[in-house]
Amino acid sequence: MTKLKQQSLHKRENQLANPNRQLEILNGGIFENGELPTFAKIITQTNQFPLRPKKLEILQINVGYMCNQVCEHCHVDAGPDRKEIMTWETMQKCLEIIKNTGAHTLDLTGGAPEMNPNFRRFVEKASQAGVKDFIVRSNLTIIRANKKYHDLPQFFKKYNVHVVSSMPHWTRGKTDKQRGEGVFDMSITALQQLNAVGYGMPGSTLKLDLVYNPNGAYLPGDQASMEKEFKSALKADFNIKFHNLFAITNLPISRFLDYLIASENYEDYMYQLVEAYNPKAVKNVMCSNTISISWDGYLYDCDFNQMLGLKVASKVTHINQYNESILNNRDIVISQHCYGCTAGAGSSCQGEVTT
Amino acid sequence: MANNYYDPADLRKFGNITQWSEELGNKFFDYYGKVFEEGALTAREKSLIALAVSHTEQCPYCIDAYTKDALQRGVTKEQMMEAVHVGAAIKSGATLVHGTMMMNKVNKLEM
Repeated sequence: MTKLKQQSLHKRENQLANPNRQLEILNGGIFENGELPTFAKIITQTNQFPLRPKKLEILQINVGYMCNQVCEHCHVDAGPDRKEIMTWETMQKCLEIIKNTGAHTLDLTGGAPEMNPNFRRFVEKASQAGVKDFIVRSNLTIIRANKKYHDLPQFFKKYNVHVVSSMPHWTRGKTDKQRGEGVFDMSITALQQLNAVGYGMPGSTLKLDLVYNPNGAYLPGDQASMEKEFKSALKADFNIKFHNLFAITNLPISRFLDYLIASENYEDYMYQLVEAYNPKAVKNVMCSNTISISWDGYLYDCDFNQMLGLKVASKVTHINQYNESILNNRDIVISQHCYGCTAGAGSSCQGEVTT
Repeated sequence: MANNYYDPADLRKFGNITQWSEELGNKFFDYYGKVFEEGALTAREKSLIALAVSHTEQCPYCIDAYTKDALQRGVTKEQMMEAVHVGAAIKSGATLVHGTMMMNKVNKLEM
Protein backbone atom coordinates (compact mmCIF):
# COMPACT_ATOMS: atom_id res chain seq x y z
CA MET A 1 0.00 0.00 0.00
CA THR A 2 1.21 3.49 -0.82
CA LYS A 3 2.31 5.39 2.26
CA LEU A 4 0.85 8.87 2.28
CA LYS A 5 3.36 11.67 2.20
CA GLN A 6 3.09 14.18 5.00
CA GLN A 7 4.90 17.04 3.30
CA SER A 8 4.61 18.89 0.01
CA LEU A 9 7.14 18.40 -2.79
CA HIS A 10 8.37 21.89 -1.94
CA LYS A 11 9.07 21.02 1.67
CA ARG A 12 10.79 17.78 0.63
CA GLU A 13 12.84 19.78 -1.90
CA ASN A 14 11.75 17.28 -4.54
CA GLN A 15 12.96 18.24 -8.02
CA LEU A 16 9.34 18.24 -9.24
CA ALA A 17 8.61 21.21 -6.98
CA ASN A 18 10.29 23.12 -9.79
CA PRO A 19 7.77 23.79 -12.61
CA ASN A 20 10.60 23.92 -15.17
CA ARG A 21 11.58 20.35 -14.31
CA GLN A 22 7.95 19.27 -14.78
CA LEU A 23 7.83 20.98 -18.17
CA GLU A 24 11.09 19.29 -19.19
CA ILE A 25 9.47 15.93 -18.50
CA LEU A 26 6.23 16.85 -20.28
CA ASN A 27 8.07 18.15 -23.33
CA GLY A 28 10.72 15.43 -23.44
CA GLY A 29 10.78 11.64 -23.74
CA ILE A 30 7.92 10.13 -25.72
CA PHE A 31 6.83 13.56 -26.99
CA GLU A 32 10.31 14.70 -27.96
CA ASN A 33 11.11 11.51 -29.86
CA GLY A 34 7.81 11.64 -31.74
CA GLU A 35 6.37 8.46 -30.24
CA LEU A 36 3.33 10.51 -29.25
CA PRO A 37 2.16 13.77 -30.88
CA THR A 38 2.54 16.94 -28.83
CA PHE A 39 -0.69 18.69 -27.85
CA ALA A 40 0.12 21.53 -30.25
CA LYS A 41 0.52 19.04 -33.09
CA ILE A 42 -2.71 17.16 -32.39
CA ILE A 43 -4.88 20.28 -32.15
CA THR A 44 -3.27 21.60 -35.33
CA GLN A 45 -4.73 18.58 -37.15
CA THR A 46 -8.22 19.96 -36.49
CA ASN A 47 -7.23 23.58 -37.08
CA GLN A 48 -7.59 24.45 -33.40
CA PHE A 49 -4.07 25.80 -32.94
CA PRO A 50 -3.46 28.27 -31.43
CA LEU A 51 -6.11 27.90 -28.75
CA ARG A 52 -7.94 31.16 -28.28
CA PRO A 53 -10.24 32.30 -25.48
CA LYS A 54 -13.98 32.72 -25.98
CA LYS A 55 -16.08 34.97 -23.77
CA LEU A 56 -14.77 35.17 -20.21
CA GLU A 57 -17.23 33.39 -17.92
CA ILE A 58 -15.25 32.24 -14.89
CA LEU A 59 -12.86 34.12 -12.68
CA GLN A 60 -10.96 31.55 -10.63
CA ILE A 61 -8.97 32.92 -7.71
CA ASN A 62 -6.47 30.80 -5.84
CA VAL A 63 -6.26 32.40 -2.40
CA GLY A 64 -3.31 30.30 -1.25
CA TYR A 65 -1.60 26.92 -1.36
CA MET A 66 -1.92 26.15 2.34
CA CYS A 67 -4.10 23.12 3.05
CA ASN A 68 -4.86 20.86 6.01
CA GLN A 69 -4.41 17.82 3.73
CA VAL A 70 -1.52 16.48 1.67
CA CYS A 71 -3.36 14.52 -1.03
CA GLU A 72 -1.37 12.15 -3.23
CA HIS A 73 -2.70 13.54 -6.49
CA CYS A 74 -2.72 17.28 -5.66
CA HIS A 75 -1.78 19.41 -8.67
CA VAL A 76 -1.21 22.41 -6.40
CA ASP A 77 1.30 20.58 -4.17
CA ALA A 78 -0.75 22.04 -1.34
CA GLY A 79 -0.23 21.23 2.31
CA PRO A 80 0.16 22.66 5.80
CA ASP A 81 3.75 23.60 5.01
CA ARG A 82 2.89 25.89 2.06
CA LYS A 83 3.09 29.54 3.04
CA GLU A 84 1.89 31.18 -0.19
CA ILE A 85 -1.22 33.02 0.97
CA MET A 86 -3.07 35.86 -0.77
CA THR A 87 -2.81 39.09 1.23
CA TRP A 88 -5.77 41.33 2.02
CA GLU A 89 -4.21 43.96 -0.22
CA THR A 90 -4.26 41.56 -3.20
CA MET A 91 -7.78 40.46 -2.26
CA GLN A 92 -8.92 44.09 -2.38
CA LYS A 93 -7.55 44.39 -5.91
CA CYS A 94 -9.38 41.17 -6.80
CA LEU A 95 -12.59 42.65 -5.38
CA GLU A 96 -12.27 45.60 -7.77
CA ILE A 97 -11.92 43.14 -10.64
CA ILE A 98 -14.90 41.08 -9.44
CA LYS A 99 -17.06 44.23 -9.36
CA ASN A 100 -16.23 45.05 -12.96
CA THR A 101 -15.81 41.65 -14.59
CA GLY A 102 -17.93 40.32 -17.41
CA ALA A 103 -17.62 36.85 -15.89
CA HIS A 104 -20.75 35.36 -14.34
CA THR A 105 -18.93 32.89 -12.05
CA LEU A 106 -16.46 33.50 -9.26
CA ASP A 107 -14.58 30.39 -8.21
CA LEU A 108 -12.40 30.43 -5.06
CA THR A 109 -9.88 27.68 -4.71
CA GLY A 110 -6.64 26.79 -2.92
CA GLY A 111 -5.19 24.84 -1.00
CA ALA A 112 -7.99 25.05 1.46
CA PRO A 113 -9.28 28.58 0.74
CA GLU A 114 -10.84 28.71 4.20
CA MET A 115 -7.33 28.72 5.74
CA ASN A 116 -6.60 32.16 4.34
CA PRO A 117 -7.03 34.43 7.41
CA ASN A 118 -9.02 36.93 5.31
CA PHE A 119 -11.22 34.30 3.65
CA ARG A 120 -14.46 35.26 5.41
CA ARG A 121 -13.96 38.99 4.91
CA PHE A 122 -13.27 38.33 1.23
CA VAL A 123 -16.35 36.11 0.77
CA GLU A 124 -18.54 38.71 2.47
CA LYS A 125 -17.32 41.51 0.18
CA ALA A 126 -17.24 39.39 -2.97
CA SER A 127 -20.81 38.19 -2.41
CA GLN A 128 -21.97 41.82 -2.74
CA ALA A 129 -20.45 42.14 -6.23
CA GLY A 130 -23.41 40.52 -7.94
CA VAL A 131 -21.80 37.50 -9.61
CA LYS A 132 -24.38 34.91 -10.59
CA ASP A 133 -22.55 31.86 -9.28
CA PHE A 134 -20.14 32.12 -6.36
CA ILE A 135 -18.19 28.89 -5.88
CA VAL A 136 -15.94 27.90 -3.00
CA ARG A 137 -13.93 24.70 -3.48
CA SER A 138 -13.92 23.14 -0.03
CA ASN A 139 -12.10 19.93 0.79
CA LEU A 140 -14.80 19.12 3.41
CA THR A 141 -12.36 18.00 6.13
CA ILE A 142 -11.50 21.63 6.84
CA ILE A 143 -15.00 21.96 8.32
CA ARG A 144 -14.04 19.33 10.91
CA ALA A 145 -10.33 20.18 11.20
CA ASN A 146 -10.63 22.81 13.90
CA LYS A 147 -13.41 24.29 16.03
CA LYS A 148 -13.01 27.67 14.30
CA TYR A 149 -14.18 26.07 11.03
CA HIS A 150 -17.17 24.12 12.42
CA ASP A 151 -19.61 26.89 11.47
CA LEU A 152 -18.53 27.04 7.81
CA PRO A 153 -21.79 25.43 6.57
CA GLN A 154 -23.80 28.26 8.19
CA PHE A 155 -21.30 30.81 6.87
CA PHE A 156 -21.56 29.43 3.32
CA LYS A 157 -25.34 29.50 3.59
CA LYS A 158 -25.37 33.11 4.77
CA TYR A 159 -23.59 34.25 1.60
CA ASN A 160 -25.32 31.74 -0.69
CA VAL A 161 -22.01 30.19 -1.63
CA HIS A 162 -22.06 27.29 -4.10
CA VAL A 163 -20.00 24.58 -2.38
CA VAL A 164 -17.94 22.25 -4.57
CA SER A 165 -16.23 19.54 -2.59
CA SER A 166 -13.74 16.79 -3.27
CA MET A 167 -14.92 13.25 -2.64
CA PRO A 168 -12.82 10.62 -4.41
CA HIS A 169 -15.06 7.66 -3.66
CA TRP A 170 -18.08 6.50 -1.73
CA THR A 171 -15.95 3.98 0.18
CA ARG A 172 -13.59 4.68 3.08
CA GLY A 173 -10.69 2.64 1.67
CA LYS A 174 -10.38 4.42 -1.66
CA THR A 175 -10.92 7.86 -0.15
CA ASP A 176 -8.39 7.51 2.66
CA LYS A 177 -5.79 6.00 0.35
CA GLN A 178 -5.83 9.11 -1.81
CA ARG A 179 -6.42 11.82 0.76
CA GLY A 180 -5.16 10.49 4.09
CA GLU A 181 -6.38 8.38 6.98
CA GLY A 182 -9.61 9.59 8.54
CA VAL A 183 -10.52 11.83 5.59
CA PHE A 184 -13.54 9.73 4.64
CA ASP A 185 -15.17 9.88 8.08
CA MET A 186 -14.51 13.61 8.40
CA SER A 187 -15.86 14.24 4.90
CA ILE A 188 -19.03 12.29 5.66
CA THR A 189 -19.64 14.30 8.84
CA ALA A 190 -19.00 17.54 6.95
CA LEU A 191 -21.44 16.55 4.19
CA GLN A 192 -24.07 15.71 6.80
CA GLN A 193 -23.52 19.15 8.35
CA LEU A 194 -23.94 20.79 4.94
CA ASN A 195 -27.11 18.77 4.33
CA ALA A 196 -28.40 19.79 7.76
CA VAL A 197 -28.36 23.49 6.84
CA GLY A 198 -30.04 22.77 3.50
CA TYR A 199 -27.13 22.21 1.12
CA GLY A 200 -27.55 19.55 -1.55
CA MET A 201 -31.27 19.01 -1.04
CA PRO A 202 -33.34 18.37 -4.15
CA GLY A 203 -34.59 21.70 -5.47
CA SER A 204 -32.49 23.68 -2.96
CA THR A 205 -30.74 26.80 -4.19
CA LEU A 206 -27.92 25.96 -1.79
CA LYS A 207 -25.82 24.09 -4.33
CA LEU A 208 -23.59 21.25 -3.19
CA ASP A 209 -21.60 19.47 -5.89
CA LEU A 210 -18.95 16.81 -5.46
CA VAL A 211 -15.75 16.32 -7.38
CA TYR A 212 -14.54 12.84 -8.20
CA ASN A 213 -11.06 12.20 -9.48
CA PRO A 214 -9.53 8.76 -10.03
CA ASN A 215 -7.48 7.14 -7.34
CA GLY A 216 -4.53 6.23 -9.55
CA ALA A 217 -3.13 6.04 -13.05
CA TYR A 218 -6.41 5.72 -14.92
CA LEU A 219 -9.02 8.04 -16.37
CA PRO A 220 -12.41 8.81 -14.81
CA GLY A 221 -15.38 6.78 -15.96
CA ASP A 222 -18.59 8.18 -17.37
CA GLN A 223 -19.67 11.13 -15.21
CA ALA A 224 -23.41 10.33 -15.26
CA SER A 225 -22.87 6.69 -14.23
CA MET A 226 -20.46 7.69 -11.48
CA GLU A 227 -22.94 10.26 -10.20
CA LYS A 228 -25.61 7.57 -10.01
CA GLU A 229 -23.30 5.27 -8.03
CA PHE A 230 -22.22 8.07 -5.67
CA LYS A 231 -25.79 9.21 -5.05
CA SER A 232 -27.10 5.76 -4.39
CA ALA A 233 -24.24 4.72 -2.06
CA LEU A 234 -24.04 7.97 -0.07
CA LYS A 235 -27.82 8.02 0.37
CA ALA A 236 -28.02 4.36 1.43
CA ASP A 237 -25.02 4.40 3.76
CA PHE A 238 -25.14 7.89 5.26
CA ASN A 239 -28.39 9.54 4.08
CA ILE A 240 -26.29 12.17 2.26
CA LYS A 241 -27.65 14.15 -0.66
CA PHE A 242 -25.85 16.33 -3.19
CA HIS A 243 -26.61 17.88 -6.57
CA ASN A 244 -24.01 17.08 -9.24
CA LEU A 245 -20.88 15.02 -9.49
CA PHE A 246 -17.99 16.42 -11.52
CA ALA A 247 -15.60 13.78 -12.84
CA ILE A 248 -12.17 15.35 -13.21
CA THR A 249 -9.13 13.80 -14.85
CA ASN A 250 -5.87 13.96 -12.90
CA LEU A 251 -3.41 16.06 -14.87
CA PRO A 252 0.18 14.82 -15.05
CA ILE A 253 1.72 17.64 -13.06
CA SER A 254 3.09 18.21 -9.56
CA ARG A 255 2.36 15.45 -7.04
CA PHE A 256 0.40 13.33 -9.50
CA LEU A 257 3.33 13.50 -11.90
CA ASP A 258 5.62 12.48 -9.05
CA TYR A 259 3.32 9.51 -8.34
CA LEU A 260 3.18 8.53 -12.03
CA ILE A 261 6.95 8.53 -12.32
CA ALA A 262 7.59 6.77 -9.00
CA SER A 263 5.04 4.05 -9.81
CA GLU A 264 6.39 3.68 -13.37
CA ASN A 265 3.00 4.60 -14.81
CA TYR A 266 3.98 7.87 -16.52
CA GLU A 267 4.30 6.66 -20.11
CA ASP A 268 1.24 4.40 -19.93
CA TYR A 269 -0.79 7.27 -18.49
CA MET A 270 0.30 9.65 -21.25
CA TYR A 271 -0.65 6.98 -23.79
CA GLN A 272 -4.08 6.70 -22.16
CA LEU A 273 -4.56 10.47 -22.36
CA VAL A 274 -3.45 10.69 -25.99
CA GLU A 275 -5.49 7.66 -27.05
CA ALA A 276 -8.56 9.16 -25.37
CA TYR A 277 -7.98 12.55 -27.03
CA ASN A 278 -11.31 13.96 -28.13
CA PRO A 279 -11.10 16.91 -30.56
CA LYS A 280 -14.69 17.86 -29.66
CA ALA A 281 -13.57 18.54 -26.07
CA VAL A 282 -11.03 21.13 -27.25
CA LYS A 283 -13.56 23.82 -28.03
CA ASN A 284 -14.95 23.71 -24.49
CA VAL A 285 -11.77 23.41 -22.43
CA MET A 286 -11.96 25.60 -19.36
CA CYS A 287 -9.07 27.84 -20.36
CA SER A 288 -11.32 29.10 -23.16
CA ASN A 289 -13.66 30.82 -20.68
CA THR A 290 -11.57 31.18 -17.52
CA ILE A 291 -8.90 33.42 -16.05
CA SER A 292 -6.97 32.04 -13.11
CA ILE A 293 -5.49 34.45 -10.56
CA SER A 294 -2.72 33.29 -8.24
CA TRP A 295 -2.20 34.19 -4.58
CA ASP A 296 0.30 36.86 -5.64
CA GLY A 297 -1.96 38.36 -8.31
CA TYR A 298 -0.49 36.88 -11.49
CA LEU A 299 -2.78 35.76 -14.30
CA TYR A 300 -2.94 32.33 -15.93
CA ASP A 301 -5.08 30.47 -18.44
CA CYS A 302 -6.01 27.89 -15.78
CA ASP A 303 -5.05 26.64 -12.32
CA PHE A 304 -2.83 23.96 -13.91
CA ASN A 305 -0.83 26.52 -15.88
CA GLN A 306 -0.56 28.49 -12.66
CA MET A 307 1.14 25.54 -10.98
CA LEU A 308 3.46 25.15 -13.97
CA GLY A 309 4.37 28.84 -13.79
CA LEU A 310 2.97 29.44 -17.30
CA LYS A 311 1.60 32.98 -17.13
CA VAL A 312 -0.85 34.26 -19.74
CA ALA A 313 0.73 35.18 -23.06
CA SER A 314 -0.46 38.76 -22.89
CA LYS A 315 1.05 42.12 -22.11
CA VAL A 316 -1.27 42.02 -19.09
CA THR A 317 0.08 39.37 -16.72
CA HIS A 318 -0.84 40.78 -13.30
CA ILE A 319 -4.00 42.11 -11.65
CA ASN A 320 -2.28 45.49 -11.32
CA GLN A 321 -2.74 45.94 -15.08
CA TYR A 322 -5.98 43.89 -15.32
CA ASN A 323 -7.86 44.53 -18.55
CA GLU A 324 -10.31 41.91 -19.84
CA SER A 325 -10.41 43.07 -23.44
CA ILE A 326 -6.62 42.94 -23.74
CA LEU A 327 -6.53 39.60 -21.91
CA ASN A 328 -9.15 38.09 -24.15
CA ASN A 329 -6.97 38.79 -27.15
CA ARG A 330 -4.33 36.19 -26.35
CA ASP A 331 -3.18 32.74 -27.35
CA ILE A 332 -3.62 30.15 -24.62
CA VAL A 333 -0.39 28.60 -23.35
CA ILE A 334 -0.36 24.83 -23.81
CA SER A 335 1.81 21.81 -23.11
CA GLN A 336 1.28 18.06 -22.90
CA HIS A 337 -0.62 18.31 -19.59
CA CYS A 338 -3.48 19.79 -21.65
CA TYR A 339 -4.29 16.27 -22.86
CA GLY A 340 -5.81 15.80 -19.39
CA CYS A 341 -8.60 18.24 -20.27
CA THR A 342 -9.37 16.72 -23.68
CA ALA A 343 -9.44 13.00 -22.85
CA GLY A 344 -12.75 11.19 -23.33
CA ALA A 345 -15.64 13.48 -22.48
CA GLY A 346 -13.15 16.17 -21.51
CA SER A 347 -12.41 17.52 -18.05
CA SER A 348 -12.61 20.85 -16.30
CA CYS A 349 -13.25 22.25 -12.85
CA GLN A 350 -16.93 21.88 -13.82
CA GLY A 351 -16.46 18.23 -14.82
CA GLU A 352 -17.01 16.88 -18.33
CA VAL A 353 -17.03 19.40 -21.16
CA THR A 354 -18.92 17.45 -23.83
CA THR A 355 -22.43 16.09 -23.69
CA MET B 1 9.97 -11.33 -33.15
CA ALA B 2 10.26 -10.39 -29.47
CA ASN B 3 11.61 -12.79 -26.88
CA ASN B 4 8.26 -12.84 -25.11
CA TYR B 5 4.97 -14.09 -26.51
CA TYR B 6 3.12 -11.38 -24.61
CA ASP B 7 4.12 -7.71 -24.65
CA PRO B 8 1.91 -5.17 -22.81
CA ALA B 9 2.60 -2.66 -25.61
CA ASP B 10 0.82 -5.01 -28.05
CA LEU B 11 -2.49 -4.21 -26.38
CA ARG B 12 -2.25 -0.72 -27.87
CA LYS B 13 -1.91 -2.34 -31.30
CA PHE B 14 -5.18 -4.26 -31.02
CA GLY B 15 -6.86 -1.89 -33.44
CA ASN B 16 -4.23 -2.71 -36.05
CA ILE B 17 -5.80 -6.11 -36.71
CA THR B 18 -8.09 -4.32 -39.18
CA GLN B 19 -5.06 -3.66 -41.40
CA TRP B 20 -4.93 -7.17 -42.82
CA SER B 21 -8.67 -7.71 -43.00
CA GLU B 22 -10.39 -4.39 -42.85
CA GLU B 23 -13.99 -5.47 -43.29
CA LEU B 24 -13.91 -8.27 -40.73
CA GLY B 25 -11.82 -6.19 -38.33
CA ASN B 26 -14.25 -3.29 -38.50
CA LYS B 27 -17.24 -5.58 -38.08
CA PHE B 28 -15.61 -7.07 -35.00
CA PHE B 29 -14.89 -3.68 -33.41
CA ASP B 30 -18.39 -2.40 -34.22
CA TYR B 31 -19.84 -5.47 -32.55
CA TYR B 32 -17.43 -5.23 -29.62
CA GLY B 33 -18.24 -1.57 -29.04
CA LYS B 34 -21.98 -2.23 -29.22
CA VAL B 35 -21.80 -5.12 -26.77
CA PHE B 36 -20.27 -2.92 -24.09
CA GLU B 37 -22.77 -0.06 -24.40
CA GLU B 38 -25.32 0.48 -21.65
CA GLY B 39 -28.27 -1.81 -22.31
CA ALA B 40 -30.34 -4.14 -20.17
CA LEU B 41 -27.08 -4.42 -18.22
CA THR B 42 -25.14 -1.35 -17.14
CA ALA B 43 -21.70 -0.75 -18.63
CA ARG B 44 -20.34 -1.32 -15.12
CA GLU B 45 -21.98 -4.75 -14.85
CA LYS B 46 -20.63 -5.66 -18.27
CA SER B 47 -17.16 -4.56 -17.23
CA LEU B 48 -17.25 -6.91 -14.24
CA ILE B 49 -18.44 -9.81 -16.40
CA ALA B 50 -15.62 -9.06 -18.82
CA LEU B 51 -13.13 -9.01 -15.95
CA ALA B 52 -14.27 -12.44 -14.72
CA VAL B 53 -14.18 -13.90 -18.24
CA SER B 54 -10.74 -12.35 -18.82
CA HIS B 55 -9.50 -14.51 -15.96
CA THR B 56 -11.20 -17.71 -17.03
CA GLU B 57 -9.80 -17.14 -20.53
CA GLN B 58 -6.46 -16.31 -18.90
CA CYS B 59 -5.98 -13.45 -21.35
CA PRO B 60 -3.30 -11.05 -20.05
CA TYR B 61 -4.38 -8.27 -22.41
CA CYS B 62 -7.99 -8.59 -21.26
CA ILE B 63 -7.03 -8.64 -17.57
CA ASP B 64 -4.93 -5.51 -18.10
CA ALA B 65 -7.72 -3.73 -19.99
CA TYR B 66 -10.66 -4.72 -17.78
CA THR B 67 -8.89 -4.14 -14.47
CA LYS B 68 -8.28 -0.58 -15.63
CA ASP B 69 -11.82 -0.33 -17.01
CA ALA B 70 -13.30 -1.49 -13.69
CA LEU B 71 -11.22 1.05 -11.75
CA GLN B 72 -12.40 3.79 -14.10
CA ARG B 73 -15.97 2.82 -13.33
CA GLY B 74 -15.37 3.09 -9.59
CA VAL B 75 -15.48 -0.66 -8.96
CA THR B 76 -13.76 -1.56 -5.68
CA LYS B 77 -11.02 -4.16 -5.44
CA GLU B 78 -13.30 -6.32 -3.25
CA GLN B 79 -15.93 -6.31 -6.01
CA MET B 80 -13.28 -7.14 -8.60
CA MET B 81 -11.97 -10.08 -6.59
CA GLU B 82 -15.50 -11.41 -6.06
CA ALA B 83 -16.02 -11.29 -9.82
CA VAL B 84 -12.80 -13.28 -10.32
CA HIS B 85 -14.07 -15.83 -7.80
CA VAL B 86 -17.28 -16.17 -9.78
CA GLY B 87 -15.18 -17.00 -12.84
CA ALA B 88 -13.01 -19.38 -10.81
CA ALA B 89 -16.05 -21.10 -9.31
CA ILE B 90 -17.58 -21.69 -12.74
CA LYS B 91 -14.25 -22.87 -14.10
CA SER B 92 -13.68 -25.35 -11.26
CA GLY B 93 -17.36 -26.29 -11.17
CA ALA B 94 -17.20 -27.02 -14.89
CA THR B 95 -14.31 -29.39 -14.23
CA LEU B 96 -15.96 -31.03 -11.29
CA VAL B 97 -19.37 -31.46 -12.86
CA HIS B 98 -17.70 -33.70 -15.45
CA GLY B 99 -17.07 -36.03 -12.52
CA THR B 100 -20.64 -37.19 -13.05
CA MET B 101 -19.56 -38.52 -16.47
CA MET B 102 -16.77 -40.40 -14.78
CA MET B 103 -19.21 -41.75 -12.19
CA ASN B 104 -21.68 -42.78 -14.91
CA LYS B 105 -18.95 -44.60 -16.77
CA VAL B 106 -17.69 -46.37 -13.65
CA ASN B 107 -21.20 -47.37 -12.69
CA LYS B 108 -21.82 -48.72 -16.18
CA LEU B 109 -18.59 -50.68 -16.37
CA GLU B 110 -18.41 -52.09 -12.90
CA MET B 111 -20.43 -55.09 -11.86
